[in-house]
Amino acid sequence: MSPNSNSGGLTLNGLERQVVSRMKSGSNRYFVVVLIFGLLMLAGSIAGLMATVGGHHVYYNVNRELAWGVLISTYVYFVVTSTGLCLVSSIGHIFGVESFMPLAKRAVFLAIVTLCAGFFVICAEIKVPIRMMLYNIISPNLTSNIWWMGTLYGVALAVMILEFIFLYTNKVKLAVICGFTAAVGEIAANSNLAGVFGLLNGRDFWHGAFLPIFFIGSAVMTGAAALIFFHVLAYRVNHEIMDEPMLRAMQGCRKVAILGICIVSFFTIWRMVSLVAGEPSGAYLGAMAMIKGSYAFSFWVFEIGFALVLPLILYVRSQGTNLRMMLVASTLMIIGLFFMRYNMVIVGQAIPVYYSLGVNGSKELIKYFPSYLEILVTLGGFGLTGFLFLLGEKVFGGHKMDAHH
Amino acid sequence: MKKQLLDLDKSHNEGVENISAEERRNFLKMGLTLTGVFASGTLFSLVGSAQKVFASDAAFVEKYPYKPHYSMMVHVDRCIDCERCKKACAKTNDVPDYGFRTNILEREVPNAIGVKTEFIPVLCNHCNLSQCTRVCPTKATYKNPSNGIVMMDTTKCIGCLSCQMACPYNARYFHEEKMAVDKCSFCWESRLSKGEKLTACAEACPAGARIFGDLSNPKDRVYKRVHQIEKTVWVLRPEAGTKPNVFYTRG
Repeated sequence: MSPNSNSGGLTLNGLERQVVSRMKSGSNRYFVVVLIFGLLMLAGSIAGLMATVGGHHVYYNVNRELAWGVLISTYVYFVVTSTGLCLVSSIGHIFGVESFMPLAKRAVFLAIVTLCAGFFVICAEIKVPIRMMLYNIISPNLTSNIWWMGTLYGVALAVMILEFIFLYTNKVKLAVICGFTAAVGEIAANSNLAGVFGLLNGRDFWHGAFLPIFFIGSAVMTGAAALIFFHVLAYRVNHEIMDEPMLRAMQGCRKVAILGICIVSFFTIWRMVSLVAGEPSGAYLGAMAMIKGSYAFSFWVFEIGFALVLPLILYVRSQGTNLRMMLVASTLMIIGLFFMRYNMVIVGQAIPVYYSLGVNGSKELIKYFPSYLEILVTLGGFGLTGFLFLLGEKVFGGHKMDAHH
Repeated sequence: MKKQLLDLDKSHNEGVENISAEERRNFLKMGLTLTGVFASGTLFSLVGSAQKVFASDAAFVEKYPYKPHYSMMVHVDRCIDCERCKKACAKTNDVPDYGFRTNILEREVPNAIGVKTEFIPVLCNHCNLSQCTRVCPTKATYKNPSNGIVMMDTTKCIGCLSCQMACPYNARYFHEEKMAVDKCSFCWESRLSKGEKLTACAEACPAGARIFGDLSNPKDRVYKRVHQIEKTVWVLRPEAGTKPNVFYTRG
């Protein structure tokens, strides 16, 4: 029976009984994994709190020139994933492509979860988050990409929560309106996020229209990979075998992922060529660090190998039917994409602003490696995602599709 | 009507000694403008061509929108890295050990003929197209509407550090005690607003490397140094396009 087929007549006690019985259906292994993710989330929260109270300069390895560390890149990673989930799932429940329809509920739920993970991490990165909540509202700066990004992601989060409620209460029309609004909000927020980096004239590694375009392509690829990853895992968690419509949805996601990989590969090749050809002074150093310097391993192995080449081969070879191979490909992508965001954020700042002057202390890349607390907060973000995903699988009974779809 | 062509071979050489000083100057200006030295090699900041440098009063006001339009001229060859400016700045503006509002960069050129080391004092450039104020989500940093100084409203700063990212001059740091980003304000709070005429760094410099003044006043020292063509005047990182108000020269 669909979990909400009789929601109209469901009492609170009945709902509680239903959720408890679903939770009890979880195996021991399920609860151990939930506990591990919960502990990671807790550790991340404590680490973030410690750094906020004790001072980021004490606990984080960032400095005045390289002020945005792994927490910003992790934030970018999570919110771009959220955008991707929202966009790919909208192909079905907004634009009416039949094969993508079974993804709707879980995709919206995961888009909410990954956005929350992004906010969780950014709260530990913003130095005075209390002021943010007040002054973002009473003193907005409309020329600021950060303001637009934060506001639009905030609105998108609220709208997606509404959409999720409407999906579960069978209010299809309202769900579609909310879904469309959320998708538009996510795209606008995502491109503003890219604008945070791309509009900085003084940072040649980022500056230009490339990043806003790249971020959308990259989001689609990330969303498709995340949908395959979480759906295959969800069916394992629930000890179920995918039915025909869901298998077709997975095949659709695979095609989108392949397309996304091709687009992002094309972008990546031309970006690297443009950063090397003519040796632009403010960006060349960073490009070379990625090609054969201190970021080469992270670039070639994770960004190129894990995020692009290996998944492409595996997705093609899986022919859309080998779910195990598709899961491996998605896992590699999810790992690789984390490093893709890391490389983009860190290398862009590692080039000293006075590099072109040739002054002492600005002739080489600024060194950075995350501190233990930064790593803990990052893991906390993943912990939150895993915790809420697993919890959601039981609480919402496997996000089953209703008959009307 | 048939046009009479000038035959240069038959024309009489009038000699360079007969050319007036004004004509020489005009010729030099035209040459510098055409070759781009004057147009974009010297004054990247507020003015972009010879005509604009010596513009009429109306155009001049357009170029310098503030009154006074605070500015600084740094003579790099006068700086000896004694760091008195840094110490005066820290003392005047409550700058902690881990931060700085102004700094002195050191450039070594081992193969140079003569002097092999150069010191370059740097500070907030109070740019006319300041990117820090554009990116701040809460208007915690803003251009003072009367004098163009890039200021901080510490109560609004959320510590996102996007202003630090946007600044092409590494002029900002997070002041842990104030719980806000801190930066040079040309000593507005500590000195200028109280009637002082100079910033602490300019006053402390024993070599006169930092000349502080008003770019909107033709009688001001900074104005005169910026509006001449005998000595090259430049700004740091012109490619960032922020129209800075700190100029550099030698001599």
